[in-house]
Amino acid sequence: MKIVVCIKQVPDTKGGVKFNPDGTLDRGAMLTIMNPDDKAGLEAALRLKDQYDAEVTVITMGLPKAEEVLREAMAMGADKGILVTDRVLGGADTWATSQTLAGAIRNLEYDLIITGRQAIDGDTAQVGPQISEHLGIPVISYAQNIKIDGDSVIVERQFDDRYHVLKAKMPCLITALAELNEPRYMTPGGIFDAYNAEITVWGRDKLVDVEDSNLGLKGSPTQIARASDKVRKGAGEKVTLDPTEAVDYIVDKLKVKHVI
Amino acid sequence: MNIAEYKGVFVFAQQVDNKLSGIALELVGKGKDLAKDLGTEVTAVLVGSGVKDLADELAAYGADKVILVDDPELKEYRTEPYAHALASVIEKYKPEIFLVGATAIGRDLGPRVSARIHTGLTADCTQLEIGDFPINPVPGKEQLHNQLLMTRPAFGGNTIATIACPEFRPQMATVRPGVMQKAPKTEGAKAVVEEFNPGFTPDDKYVEILEIVKSVVDTVDIMDAKILVSGGRGVGSPENFKILDDLAEVLGATVSCSRAVVDAGWKPKDLQVGQTGKTVRPNVYFAIGISGAIQHLAGMEESDLIIAINKDETAPIFDVADYGIVGDLNKIVPALTEKLKAEMAAKN
Repeated sequence: MKIVVCIKQVPDTKGGVKFNPDGTLDRGAMLTIMNPDDKAGLEAALRLKDQYDAEVTVITMGLPKAEEVLREAMAMGADKGILVTDRVLGGADTWATSQTLAGAIRNLEYDLIITGRQAIDGDTAQVGPQISEHLGIPVISYAQNIKIDGDSVIVERQFDDRYHVLKAKMPCLITALAELNEPRYMTPGGIFDAYNAEITVWGRDKLVDVEDSNLGLKGSPTQIARASDKVRKGAGEKVTLDPTEAVDYIVDKLKVKHVI
Repeated sequence: MNIAEYKGVFVFAQQVDNKLSGIALELVGKGKDLAKDLGTEVTAVLVGSGVKDLADELAAYGADKVILVDDPELKEYRTEPYAHALASVIEKYKPEIFLVGATAIGRDLGPRVSARIHTGLTADCTQLEIGDFPINPVPGKEQLHNQLLMTRPAFGGNTIATIACPEFRPQMATVRPGVMQKAPKTEGAKAVVEEFNPGFTPDDKYVEILEIVKSVVDTVDIMDAKILVSGGRGVGSPENFKILDDLAEVLGATVSCSRAVVDAGWKPKDLQVGQTGKTVRPNVYFAIGISGAIQHLAGMEESDLIIAINKDETAPIFDVADYGIVGDLNKIVPALTEKLKAEMAAKN
């Protein structure tokens, strides 16, 4: 069994976001991490590796620096790492990104592709389903639980007030939620091996069945019209009171606002 | 692609168990505003099995036309037949705008459809308007008019970006539930209903549904609640949510929570407020023991009145709270419940 996991290196938005003077994101000043949903997807793949002796290949598209997340994934237990990087791929929206990753994955054999539901920098949740569409395979988004059953996969797919237990024939693409599992740590031996392991680097010429007009900024149907800092409404009153006073304060405000 | 051929505003009228989702009516309302600006009509695309009766409700909330795709294969939501339904509707009717809810269904369906028909899709929009692209004239570049400008938060709510899709049609967006307003209801309004069935032939892309497990807890949707009593990690334990339950009961409110609480397994996901949960804007939002990560603020800062209780005076929740109380929630919340009980009793 062969599994491909798509991962992304993202700025750690938890530590706050830093901007350049011109208002663009200062990616250099921010810590980067493996996107949390992707890490859960990787953990799900590694559990299938433990159980079925699956081969796990991790793939990422990004700047050369993104090889860091591939090494992290390999230190956790992934077998191979592929970095897709090329200047012509820069500025890609989700359409161009999914075209690129699908074009790279066409070089590989796979039974299962796992992606995170969404990345914490863009939050679009689009690239996984779009890859599956380009490859002509079924997609199961928002996976809660993944089991293999012969040539099929059985997955719990989360909705707002319910879940569906779905069965799909492989090859199939699954998008994973960070809530899916608790990702394992890198092992010391794994870290040592990963930092000596060879990372495969692919450029534009390795992408199969993808036209230039579908790549990078030029191949992106969506274009940014404007970007700005979020303007938040200002803080109101802040008071430090003992509990009795605090209660009177809140009740008074609720009365003034006609809540009670 | 001849862009001039594409006309009209279409919205996906999501239904579950043959009941329209709130987002369907919100999109009809927003679609009507956009259609007005463009001098065109709003069309609801209703997909399901035995759902024809829902067309009247869509009409009552402003739909000019309803395209009905009704087929037994569409009884429960599955990606492939639903994607086929929408992609076929787009190919036949060529709308200039197509809106889908940013729900667990729409965020799966939207990308699949946009990839099939090759157009752009802007995710989780919080604002939509008709305008020019580029917004300000740029020398040497034609300024296009009547473009859909789609605004969304990015980078965990730290920035907002406005996106256009000038060279492809339809301009597609998923829209966050709870942000757009429904139009007032007009009883007895009728829409033109047109039935369209592109044919559904199951193949390997049609996944099989083995089982449907509904959440047994019968809770009010936090997006519909007028008052929310929301707890964070600071509440301390799942048992201690009892003090929030008690407060909510006195106020006729609903309990919700932050992501940390869901991640810790204290509360189910459908009660989560924030970027990866639900967007809420109740009349009153109590943030109790919630520090106010930016992802949380993105989901609740539009609430009319925000009251925060937190022991940490530097908590970012105080930056958006109308009234912030620095103090011990374990003492304040139960005392507040008692005082409110007394107030209510005195009133009656």
